[in-house]
Amino acid sequence: MDLVTLWFWLIALTFTLYFFLEGFDFGVDILRPTLARTEAEERALTGTIGPFWDGNEVWVIAAAGLMFSTFPVWYGAVFSGMYPLFVLILLALLLRGVSFEYRNQVDSERWRAFWDWMSFGGSVVPSFLWGVIMAKLIEGLPVNADARVEGGFAAMFTPFSLVGGVTTLLLFTLHGANFLLLRLHTDTVLYNRARKAALRWGALATAAIVAFVVMGYVTEDLFEDFGVVPWAFPIAAFLTLASIWLALVRRRDTLAFTMSGLTVLFATVTVFIALYTRGEVLPSTLDPDFGLTLEETASQQYTLVLMTWVGGIFLPLIIGYQIWNYYVFRERVRPDEGALNHGY
Amino acid sequence: MDVVELSRFQFASTSIFHFFFVSLTVGLAFLIAVMETIAYARRDRREVYGKMTNFFGHLFLINFAVGVVTGIVQEFQFGMNWSEYSDFVGNIFGVPLALEVLMAFFLESTFIGLWWFGKDRLRPWMRLASIWLVAIGTQISAFWIVLANAWMHHPVGYEVVDGQARLTDFGAVVFNYKAWLYFAHVQGSAWVVAAFFVLGISAFHLLRRQDTDVYSRSLRIGLVFAAVGTVFSVVSGHTEAQVAREDQPMKFAAMEAQWETSDSPAPWSLFAVIDQGRRENPFNVEIPYVGSILAYNSLEGRYDGINQIEEQYDEAYGEDDYTPPVAWVYWSFRIMVAIGSLLLATAFLGLFLWWRRKRGLDTTRWFLRALVLFIPLPWIANFTGWMVTEMGRQPFMVYGELTVTEGVSPNTAGEVLAGLVGLWVVYLALIGLDVYLLSVTARAGIHRRPEAQLVAAPAPDYEGAGFQGYEKRD
Repeated sequence: MDLVTLWFWLIALTFTLYFFLEGFDFGVDILRPTLARTEAEERALTGTIGPFWDGNEVWVIAAAGLMFSTFPVWYGAVFSGMYPLFVLILLALLLRGVSFEYRNQVDSERWRAFWDWMSFGGSVVPSFLWGVIMAKLIEGLPVNADARVEGGFAAMFTPFSLVGGVTTLLLFTLHGANFLLLRLHTDTVLYNRARKAALRWGALATAAIVAFVVMGYVTEDLFEDFGVVPWAFPIAAFLTLASIWLALVRRRDTLAFTMSGLTVLFATVTVFIALYTRGEVLPSTLDPDFGLTLEETASQQYTLVLMTWVGGIFLPLIIGYQIWNYYVFRERVRPDEGALNHGY
Repeated sequence: MDVVELSRFQFASTSIFHFFFVSLTVGLAFLIAVMETIAYARRDRREVYGKMTNFFGHLFLINFAVGVVTGIVQEFQFGMNWSEYSDFVGNIFGVPLALEVLMAFFLESTFIGLWWFGKDRLRPWMRLASIWLVAIGTQISAFWIVLANAWMHHPVGYEVVDGQARLTDFGAVVFNYKAWLYFAHVQGSAWVVAAFFVLGISAFHLLRRQDTDVYSRSLRIGLVFAAVGTVFSVVSGHTEAQVAREDQPMKFAAMEAQWETSDSPAPWSLFAVIDQGRRENPFNVEIPYVGSILAYNSLEGRYDGINQIEEQYDEAYGEDDYTPPVAWVYWSFRIMVAIGSLLLATAFLGLFLWWRRKRGLDTTRWFLRALVLFIPLPWIANFTGWMVTEMGRQPFMVYGELTVTEGVSPNTAGEVLAGLVGLWVVYLALIGLDVYLLSVTARAGIHRRPEAQLVAAPAPDYEGAGFQGYEKRD
């Protein structure tokens, strides 16, 4: 495998890890208003992701940074081409990230309510928009002959990309519910509510994924060049999603979370396979010849070699200490630990 | 304003806003690591240093998250607003950015959680190691991003092929002298921000005679950091100016508002009214010799003026306007230097008082009052410092290779304006909140019982917080 291909897949890996990890912490924040009835429950839910969200979020910076260093032209076209979407994501992430820190600094009901809205909205918006962006990557942007993207805000919302957005939104919500099943004490009311939410959102997410795959098949010729083996990915995404229901009913929480994680993995990989098999990282909606290919957007060989060393050393290290982080905070959370009387 | 100006304005504002938060993060991380190390090493003083670590740690955390999230904007905007630039430099510029993420961002954001939330579940040495990893992470992060910035000022180790910069020697990029100079300067400045932050807050409480056992010690730690930081900033800053005279002569001339080639020995302008349109200074107060000292560490020597350099640049890079906004650069430079000198003097005056009066330092009220007032000054110096270095190289984005106009994305002005307004609203709100929360928390001092935190981290309050574990586990 040449380095261009390797780095294409490493970027796919980075995005997958980002969606897998931040997916569940978005999900927890999305579910919080409907799951928590008391202040203690609010805090318990935030506590399930408190030590993790920041490390999770860095994966998106990694994805952007690695894209910049290994596929600068692709990076430039995607980020400038969908400018308004990225602005919205940034604003959402800004407000959400701050809400973790600021919510409990002032003892006022309205202050807390404000930041709760920020963390809810700040999770809904990127969850939805990442789906839109992924769908647009497959569908293509109005790329002109100079590899520059034309066209405005409206071009980013097509039926296909909207379904993509709904899909990631529902999938992350489900993933968050499953994560809560692993992080909450099983004898709490909150845990039971999370189970019900997982079942409800699981059903909706399945419907959305099916709609997305069917649309991709019918309108976008997404799987035209997939051959036999790559077809396994969308099917597997559907199967794992369906199996979550089974796992939830049989109260196999770890299995349910693994399965929603696998769904995120397969769904993301499907997007990247679609790009890879077509040989275009960003198709053009103006003229098929204007699409950006893997080779022409990649960095020079020297940079790729350098990045391979860097990635080879640091990516395993990062994954290692992040796993350790999850191990340290493996203890389940309950709302009645008297934390309200403790200080910071 | 057109797309170029809007995008420039956006980049300037996001960078300055971002640096507002991270300069404190970078400096304070180190200070807190030192405080915790003393707490760890000195059993007999553990109580006091433990409180100190937790108190300043709380302030650190209020500020930290904002630095992280504004960093995402920094990373994304190269592609969003400067896609042509990204195409041009991607082979080179992306590498330090990726290294920053992989070597630093993950480290900081993972271990900050372990340090703070892991109080009651990590061994003391692990907790200590965590804060050191955060501190080291912040310095690594500063290094790579400043290295990337320095490459734009002084591109090395590359060749231009088909309108794209291609990397020829990564070693040259890493050992770019400009990068190490800038790093020393940024690093020193971050230490100064954090040191005067700690000094001001300590002085505030000493003036009210609250918890003097804690704050008199943090005052002394702050003084040492302030002295080291200001010396670093001043020495590296002075060298930077001299280096700029060689590799960015236009910036140096603009800093001095020197339109025509200077006399030898060159005077130094103290106060000038600058007329950029007519390319002259209608009014100028000058101090003899100082210009030569600044430029050459010597009592003689002349340097080129803006008009002469303009001609050289026209010849080298083609006819264009290469004169940066002179008044901005000139005044920003003077404000930065004035504040830097004042802070340097303050730090050493503090050390002198400490040496002369020992415990009496804690009751030297005029000095303590000054420290409280000086808290915002390092930020102003940083802000104006960035103005000097970034405005001074206009119109270039990559010095001598790519102008700002050539680097901008093919976005519409409307898109950029809408994004800019959104970012400004959010950033202003965040800075307001940051300052508000920091000042409320800092004033409240150690005895405030802050609002409860996350349930996953039922750590107790400052009173020996997190350090109870030490007794059990040591």
